Amino acid sequence: MEILVYGTINSVSLALMGLGFAMVYGISRIPNFAHGALYIICGFVTWTFFHKIGLPYSISIILSLGVNAILGMLMYRFILIRVRGMNISEIIASYAIGLIILEGLRFGGFRGMTYTLPVFMEGSMMIGGVPVDYHRLIMTIIGVLLITGLWVFTHYTKIGLALQGMAQDEQAALMLGIDSDLMAMLAMGFGAVLAGAAATLILPLGNIVVESGYHVLIMSIAVCIVGGLGSWMGAFFAAFIIGYAQILTSVFIGSHFQMVVAILAIILTLILKPSGLFGQQKELEERV
Amino acid sequence: MTDPILRMDNVSKMFGGVRALKGVSLDVFPGDVLGIIGPNGSGKTTIVNSITGFIKPTSGKIYFKNKNITGKKPHKIADMGVTRTFQIMRPYYSLPAYKNLVIPLFSPRARRTGGWRGGGSLGNRQTVAIDILEEIGFERDSYIPFKTASTLPTGYLKRLELARCLSLKPEIIICDEVFSGLSMSEIASMVPLIERLQDDGITIVMIEHRLRELFQVANRVMVLNFGEKLIEGTPSEVMADEQVKEAYFGSEKVEEVMTYA
Amino acid sequence: MSTQKLRKERIDRGIKVRSDGLYALMSWRELSYLTLPRFILIAGLLALPFLIPGMYWQRVISIVCIYAILALSFDFLAHYVGLVSLGGAFFIGTGGYIAGILNSYFSIPPVFTIPLAAILGGAVCTLFILPCLPLKGVYFAIITLMYPLFMARVIEAFDIFGGTDGIVGIDSFSSAFVEQYFVIGMLLIFLFGIRRLVTTDRGLIFTAIMDNDQAVKASGINITQYKALAVFIASAMGCLGGACLTHIYMWSGISQFALDFSILPIAATVIGGAGTLVGPIIGCLILVPVSEFLRDFGTLRIVFYASILVGFILFRSDGIMVFGQRKYEQFERWTKI
Repeated sequence: MEILVYGTINSVSLALMGLGFAMVYGISRIPNFAHGALYIICGFVTWTFFHKIGLPYSISIILSLGVNAILGMLMYRFILIRVRGMNISEIIASYAIGLIILEGLRFGGFRGMTYTLPVFMEGSMMIGGVPVDYHRLIMTIIGVLLITGLWVFTHYTKIGLALQGMAQDEQAALMLGIDSDLMAMLAMGFGAVLAGAAATLILPLGNIVVESGYHVLIMSIAVCIVGGLGSWMGAFFAAFIIGYAQILTSVFIGSHFQMVVAILAIILTLILKPSGLFGQQKELEERV
Repeated sequence: MTDPILRMDNVSKMFGGVRALKGVSLDVFPGDVLGIIGPNGSGKTTIVNSITGFIKPTSGKIYFKNKNITGKKPHKIADMGVTRTFQIMRPYYSLPAYKNLVIPLFSPRARRTGGWRGGGSLGNRQTVAIDILEEIGFERDSYIPFKTASTLPTGYLKRLELARCLSLKPEIIICDEVFSGLSMSEIASMVPLIERLQDDGITIVMIEHRLRELFQVANRVMVLNFGEKLIEGTPSEVMADEQVKEAYFGSEKVEEVMTYA
Repeated sequence: MSTQKLRKERIDRGIKVRSDGLYALMSWRELSYLTLPRFILIAGLLALPFLIPGMYWQRVISIVCIYAILALSFDFLAHYVGLVSLGGAFFIGTGGYIAGILNSYFSIPPVFTIPLAAILGGAVCTLFILPCLPLKGVYFAIITLMYPLFMARVIEAFDIFGGTDGIVGIDSFSSAFVEQYFVIGMLLIFLFGIRRLVTTDRGLIFTAIMDNDQAVKASGINITQYKALAVFIASAMGCLGGACLTHIYMWSGISQFALDFSILPIAATVIGGAGTLVGPIIGCLILVPVSEFLRDFGTLRIVFYASILVGFILFRSDGIMVFGQRKYEQFERWTKI
């Protein structure tokens, strides 16, 4: 029971982390290696608004999500747009941006154990004999809602459909009058917001530390690779697979191995089936 | 009758849910020039890809000299002597034309056979490469073999593709639309080249849209439609067939199309 | 210039097209023109230990050279074979650990551990990378990025080879002089060796695989074999660098799998000029000392070189070397008016 409950919670948080990465890649084919940095910076921005400026918690969350969106869009508009289409340069450039943000934060004094965000609701309840605090519960519910909402958004709204069209065939979308750069910029903004949303949901459970930026990046890559790059539903299912695998290993083998599991998942998936569990790319495209 | 050199036995290929090939069987005999024609999307290139190992057929077997080559790696199949050209030409654009040929001359097969005219031993690879190029129609003693591949016109690139096959001293060459994209005069100069290869004892499978030239060189023609074999026979038989007219030329009269083709 | 001279030059050009490089022998002026930059580089590197004072900065020379070897291997793999490997740290770490294990557990002296680490490490890395060789672009980059992380986590989780503390008490080089000249010498050997390799006809196969793997396959050449060979060469270079690093610091630990070793060589390659082979070395000569200067500021140095990296990717993606080469070649036609 414990495994089931914590597995689900862990899976949803992984899905939240991975969703932004999957979304950006799915739409604009940019592997956004600054994803972890966006996640962390949102946490720190919220912290600054809440503790330093003294805004109410909810407003500081919304504001920091907005900041994140702008940051993501600026990143695309001024930097990534120039290396668009050159995969390796995209990886290197976005990773370098991530490094700048993360190490800049670390240099700016954001380190140590002092940075925490308050949970949404104190207290805990019993689910099937396992104590679960309310915040984890809320996180899971919001997470699931967010993922379904996103699904509805991309399948039933105009912008969502445009984004999907672009994900499938950029040139065709261009011919239909969809501004691909604008859409990619929006996607980056959305991705950043999702990273921020994940941060505000997950970070209250622990400290905000710069290192976890790298962890989040690896986790989201793991989720997306296992699910198949560019496939959102795949990312969702993969989050559950990795989430449960992690909980199982930490229960039966030891908690050191959580990260090993994630990385091993990436390596094995890439070796055995590079298109991932739900990937739709053609075999010839990814393998020589 | 001799054994077929290349034999496709009931080969099918699915792409996702689409059946690109539906149980195609085909025999190619030594010395043949076999033409494969068919409308766009009828599975011609899929046949080339599955014979040369670039894709694996979903079902069916392919034999080369009675040896099963289904699903082997492309380089293994090329090593046995089954070579191909690409419909979209694939030279190494950054290299001079003759260096494009130096690369296949490093392959185990070229080393064994010594290149197109080689008698089992390979001399200086660059010299051999230039010799092959000159034989295939690059002007002798000109600077054209030394030009970078990206600056060469289409006609030379198509020859370069053929030269790459020849440098392996192949037994079969499968040409995927060597005539397409060429001007009339370039095609006219390609036809004798094909005939010369045939005289050399190389079996040739040609996939073509240029029917007039194809019917000129081919001794047998197979027609594909929607991944299925419609008919196989001599060029005149194929031209006379009603089904072919229907599928390939629509309602128009075949002679009329032939004049414009 | 008289018509005669112009005419001679035109003929020369034709010869140059056919036999690039040979024409230099036609005059001492051209010969010196061609060899001067090479000479400056070699002499400059060899003279470095004399020019630079102080233990600390002499140590930096060795580090520069190790990074340069790594950057060279990245450049070779990425721009001559088409495999963009973000796993420099994997090579360094594997080489470092192998040298450490051989030296401290089996007490083999550094003279043997370094070549052994290069060969064994190269083999190990190649074995690991072998199953992902068919992967392309992003996929290959991601998987190579994951390997060093994976190794570090495995060592940490299983607590093998000293766990998080690493292997300590490893022999150092017999003197600082030997250390510096060894790495400088290796760097020069690798640089000119790789340059020679990629210009031979056989080396062209690597480039051909990068250009167009399908055609190479259709030519009956086993591309996996050639790719594996290239990975072996590159990883052996990286492992040699790692082994040197271990002996310099007399320690090998998890931090040898740190991303620093993956990112800095790439930054150096981008800055120096991708695909020029010399460029990465120049990039390292600039980047590493500067980042040493900034060591007091902690993580600022990472911010610094990441910013340079982004700047170069955006605004000068061909790098210093290509720019310099173009400028230098303008001198060739310099005549007084």
